[in-house]
Amino acid sequence: MDTREKDIEKLKDYKYGFTTDIENIKAPKGLNEDVIKFISNIKKEPQWMLDFRLKAYKRLKLLKEPNWQKPKYPKIDYQDLYYYSAPKSMKDKPKSLDELDPKLLETYKKLGIPLQEQARLNGIAVDAVFDSVSVATTFKGELTKHGIIFCSMSEAIQKHPDLVKKYLGTVIPVTDHFFATLNSAVFTDGSFVYIPEGVKCPMELSTYFRINASQTGQFERTLIIADKGSYVSYLEGCTAPMRDENQLHAANVELIALDDAEIKYSTVQNWYPGDENGKGGIYNFVTKRGLCKGKNSKISWTQVETGSAITWKYPSCILKGDNSIGEFYSIAITNNHQKADTGTKMIHLGKNTKSKIISKGISAGFSDMTYRGLVDINSKAKNSSNYTQCDSLLMGNKCGAHTVPYIKNKNFDSNIAHEATTSKISEAQLHYCQQRGLNPEEAVGLIVNGFCKEVLQQLPMEFAVEAQKLVGISLEGSVG
Amino acid sequence: MNEQIQLDFYKIIKTLKISEKEIQLKKSFLKKFIENGFPNRKQEDWKFLDISQIIKKNIGELSFFNDYSLPNKIDPSIFVDGLEHNKIIFINGRIEKIDFSYEDQSQIEINDEIGKNIKFDYENSLIDLNNAFTNKVYKILVKKNYSLKKPLIIYHSTNNKIKSKNVNLSLNFELEENSHLRLIDYFNDNTGKNFVNILYNFNLKKYSILKNYKLDKFRNNNLKYSFNNIEQDDNSISETFILSAGSDYFKNEVNCNLNGEFSSAFINGILSLNENQQHEIRSTINHQVENTKSYQLIKSVLGKNSKSAYQGRIFVNSKAQKTDGYQLSKAILLDETSEFNAKPELEIYADDVKCSHGSASGSLNENSIFYLMSRGLNYQQSKELLINGFLLDVVEKITDSEIKNLIKNIVGLKE
Repeated sequence: MDTREKDIEKLKDYKYGFTTDIENIKAPKGLNEDVIKFISNIKKEPQWMLDFRLKAYKRLKLLKEPNWQKPKYPKIDYQDLYYYSAPKSMKDKPKSLDELDPKLLETYKKLGIPLQEQARLNGIAVDAVFDSVSVATTFKGELTKHGIIFCSMSEAIQKHPDLVKKYLGTVIPVTDHFFATLNSAVFTDGSFVYIPEGVKCPMELSTYFRINASQTGQFERTLIIADKGSYVSYLEGCTAPMRDENQLHAANVELIALDDAEIKYSTVQNWYPGDENGKGGIYNFVTKRGLCKGKNSKISWTQVETGSAITWKYPSCILKGDNSIGEFYSIAITNNHQKADTGTKMIHLGKNTKSKIISKGISAGFSDMTYRGLVDINSKAKNSSNYTQCDSLLMGNKCGAHTVPYIKNKNFDSNIAHEATTSKISEAQLHYCQQRGLNPEEAVGLIVNGFCKEVLQQLPMEFAVEAQKLVGISLEGSVG
Repeated sequence: MNEQIQLDFYKIIKTLKISEKEIQLKKSFLKKFIENGFPNRKQEDWKFLDISQIIKKNIGELSFFNDYSLPNKIDPSIFVDGLEHNKIIFINGRIEKIDFSYEDQSQIEINDEIGKNIKFDYENSLIDLNNAFTNKVYKILVKKNYSLKKPLIIYHSTNNKIKSKNVNLSLNFELEENSHLRLIDYFNDNTGKNFVNILYNFNLKKYSILKNYKLDKFRNNNLKYSFNNIEQDDNSISETFILSAGSDYFKNEVNCNLNGEFSSAFINGILSLNENQQHEIRSTINHQVENTKSYQLIKSVLGKNSKSAYQGRIFVNSKAQKTDGYQLSKAILLDETSEFNAKPELEIYADDVKCSHGSASGSLNENSIFYLMSRGLNYQQSKELLINGFLLDVVEKITDSEIKNLIKNIVGLKE
């Protein structure tokens, strides 16, 4: 019996009577203190971590689910969810690519994803020769050399409790909104990154290289700390379509940049959006917030959101340190019956802080897409500035594009400029492209890529190429 | 407050000569208002300036009783000079005089409309308050093909006979096909610490033109709320100009439904604020059919301890192809205690549209001041010249040259 099995053995006698079987450990359905204790226990967390969770749960009981958002969804019964469930064993997973949905395989092909990766993404046992574990180990060695900590959240709680204790919940406190607090109470795993003082991380960090990345589950928690003068670029997600049996995803991501540090966080999100009729699909309700804590720090969010039935997220920057910079670049594409309500918040607290928001929204089919943003310049944030540009592109008259910016300027030294336009692809452009031999779909792909160029440029090389193809693929079937 | 309001309500009912049916209707509005109370910051539309808090802070408890059966004396010194005009005079919320002496009387109809409360979608308890307390509602109808020769000025005035802390008034207008009305709301307050609640409803038929200018210029410490509901038929035009500068609090709301093709709506506003003033403009333009147009330009100049907010919403129905919608809000913050808030919103369901908005806020441009000073102006003069130019831009949008000049004089803008 390996250690894990022994743990499970022990839990069998757990006085609250949790059922356990070796294949699939599950906490009983529902949300209560016992379930939280169960999660904490199974992860062998120290007392302070459990206290953190319980505090969040206590608060959660007082909170109501928000309902001001544009995309409405059927009521979620939080007592009908499993809050902890160990990853599926090999037995339940597909044996080979032949068992997969042919549509999915076709998309992979279009994106140009290698066979081994396709297999990995779907949890198929990969041939030992191609095992990505070995690649990951090589990278890990390189990172350790620089003193960079990059591990799972569970591991960090065990091995680096001081850092976790110091920073966890400082940007997204347990007293935050409903979904963030829910995550604080029941989060299962996620990534932890610490870049020591003065270190420029030599490579793009990605969940890809973290083993068992596919096991993070629906309540992911990520914490990235860039110490003084350091730099890190972090990639989340991938262009390949991801399927998951959990419908609700409520992740929390916290970024902390100390003096002169810079964090670049890129996301490509392509969760299962549901079928053409809007059935199924993931609810992606993520809380992402970065704190520019130190002077001259910088946080930059880049996101390409093409998946999920409902995307509801606002990656934000709190510009606390003087001269700090916040950036937000976003492409959100909705097709069929997808819905997105996304944007950012830039909260200027320090002097000479700057922020920039570029948001491109494209909606097609029956979808609905909202940019919602806040720019708040505090009375102490002297000489700050913000520039916002949000453009929407509509395809067809069954879809919607909305812009809801909130602008608050409390400082007379500061400037805020905001621009937004909504339009459609011009017939002339389409005609021009088609005349030169492109079919309508390719033409739309090309034009949309041009429309998104400013954001695509911000993505790291590895992502940019795939993301470009993804933009085209997401709009398939929306023309003509 | 609830006891007071009910008490005052029954006192007013006694003085009014209205039918039982009307009383019941008024009661239902009062009930609705008491249930919801004054709007507060928890409601999205009142997020920036919370009227319930502002009333509490500036006035305290409101009282509602005025004896509307007694006439008030009209003080002719409030009349606008240098412009021949028709008059409607409200004193303490009571209509004292309706005077269309410059017009062909057969072309204008004035009907008592009480009991026929207008129906439009709203979620706003202040409209319930208005419906419950307005003592008389007139409907002014301009007949087909008639253009009023002179503008109509509605005087909003208070005097020291006022007993209540709240004044509600309401008017309905109907402009028949191809008619034309110029309407000026002129505020002249001789008493302070009152909450004035105004509700207008306009019905614009084909090819009709409405121009409404709201002039709140003289400094007073009243709180005001005005709601304009405008329904527009084919080819009609509405132009609303708002000068918001006098009261302690003023929220102007314009809800415009473009129901007919080729109809257009224009809203221009100036918010020039100082010492403890808090003003807001909120506009909603609903583009319901094809080929409609809207244009909005709102500019704020904010001095010490002042706060302005602009909430603009352009809604485009999926049928409303070829919509042209534009909104721009700009603000100059002159002091470290001034604050500007904006929420320019677009909600679009049609693809063949041209919609955009812009918002900019900041301090006066130091380079421009330097330029002017290097040409011999002092700092104060340069500042004034720049602000003058900034605001003149909005006044220039006024399409009626007679009224444009009047407003330029009132605001004190030089060309």
